[in-house]
Amino acid sequence: MTTVNGQLVLRLVVLAFVTVLLQLMFFAQVPVFGAIADVSPLVVMAVGLLCGSVAGASMGFSIGLLIDTALLQTMGLTSLVLIAVGYYAGRLRDLRDPQGTLAPIVLGAAAAAIATIGYGTAQFLLGAEQPLSWALISATLSTIVLDALIALPVVALVRRWLTPVLPEDPRRRRRRAYTTGGLSPLQRA
Amino acid sequence: MHDRKVVRRRRAVLGLLVGCALILLTAYFGEGSGGGLHAIQRGALAVFSPVQSVASDALKPFRDLFGWFDDSFDAKGENEDLRKEVQGLRTDVADASERLRLSAQLEAIDELISSRGLDDTKPVNAEVTIVSPVIWYSTVNINRGSGDGISVGDPVLNADGLVGRVVTTVGNASRVRLITDADSGVTARTKDEVLGIVQTGTPGDPNDLLLQRIPRGDVPKVGDMVMTAGIESRRFSSYFPPRIPIGEVSEVDLDELDTSQQVHIKPYADLRDLDVVTVLTGSDAGAAETSP
Repeated sequence: MTTVNGQLVLRLVVLAFVTVLLQLMFFAQVPVFGAIADVSPLVVMAVGLLCGSVAGASMGFSIGLLIDTALLQTMGLTSLVLIAVGYYAGRLRDLRDPQGTLAPIVLGAAAAAIATIGYGTAQFLLGAEQPLSWALISATLSTIVLDALIALPVVALVRRWLTPVLPEDPRRRRRRAYTTGGLSPLQRA
Repeated sequence: MHDRKVVRRRRAVLGLLVGCALILLTAYFGEGSGGGLHAIQRGALAVFSPVQSVASDALKPFRDLFGWFDDSFDAKGENEDLRKEVQGLRTDVADASERLRLSAQLEAIDELISSRGLDDTKPVNAEVTIVSPVIWYSTVNINRGSGDGISVGDPVLNADGLVGRVVTTVGNASRVRLITDADSGVTARTKDEVLGIVQTGTPGDPNDLLLQRIPRGDVPKVGDMVMTAGIESRRFSSYFPPRIPIGEVSEVDLDELDTSQQVHIKPYADLRDLDVVTVLTGSDAGAAETSP
């Protein structure tokens, strides 16, 4: 679990506000081939991967609350879905620490799927009187695909923003040593 | 020992967050629209509206740039359709002008509309600041509110036709429920006087609305213009003055018409690309009549 410090909290707060502003005023108003990107699950997933499950879940709750407040939607619903995204991204980091180049794409698609399908399911459970249609499935799938495509730069930007204030992580230090020419413990022996 | 402490802490935080979300959800559903959480949302809307407005203006060039790329791809295909549509519209306009000139009945309706003061609705122009990204909520926020004379229920249009109506308003901002929203319903009629209620058709597809509850025996035709009826139905109050264009009939399936009494409509307004809208602040159309 990543130790939380003041600077990290400050950067997470700024990140949450900027994410919500950009989501509502830019991404939601710029359809790409008819699909609308949803960066909020991607940012929550990236925070979970970098800072752990507690920070990821907290970020999911905060961003969800801001979105529900700004859009005058049912409060707590988006938070509930994004808590799941942040928590499981954090657990994945704790258990497997995925470092592949394409990992953000796969995880971005998974995060978008959890967010969109989870939100849709919650809407049905809460009594939305809408039929399950091909257009709905198509819109959901296109959002997932678009999110997968933009996951790489979003995760890179979040990493760039948070890395300076992240506490030193032994796993990260070890990886950096290997990739920058340092000797592994085996080679030293 | 340390690991157990960490696991306990992690689970406690998760439980706390999920609990908070569930409490919010339950409280929000339990309270009325005048409740505390709704008041917080309205307060946040009033406080952050200036920020939203500035941010929206700042991001507009980038939206336009991305929109230009998207539009360029669509424009080629739309060009051919638009040419055909313009030809059809010219014919329609010529027919309508002829009928208007000849029809004393339509002139009487025009006089009735004028006598009810609908020409005097006070339009307020507004910019769209926030568009809901969620398929389930077809709403937009605009940068004009009760301070500009806008009140709940006011109709909202753009240059193409009906967009929706105001559902929440504060001093400097309002929330508009689009006609594609599941909770929206507009009493409407075609040019041939076929009555019905326009409701959302396919979730996620803003180009598909339904004209429902069409009286048995009435058969609208593909291409018929659908406009507001300005009357009240048993289920929906009419917030709209009559004869505001909504869209045109895009699909008539006789089986569907027979069983469900509905046909499909394509709205004139591009509800995915709203920039500037007009709110009719002085309209009070629906009080006079009641639909059968």
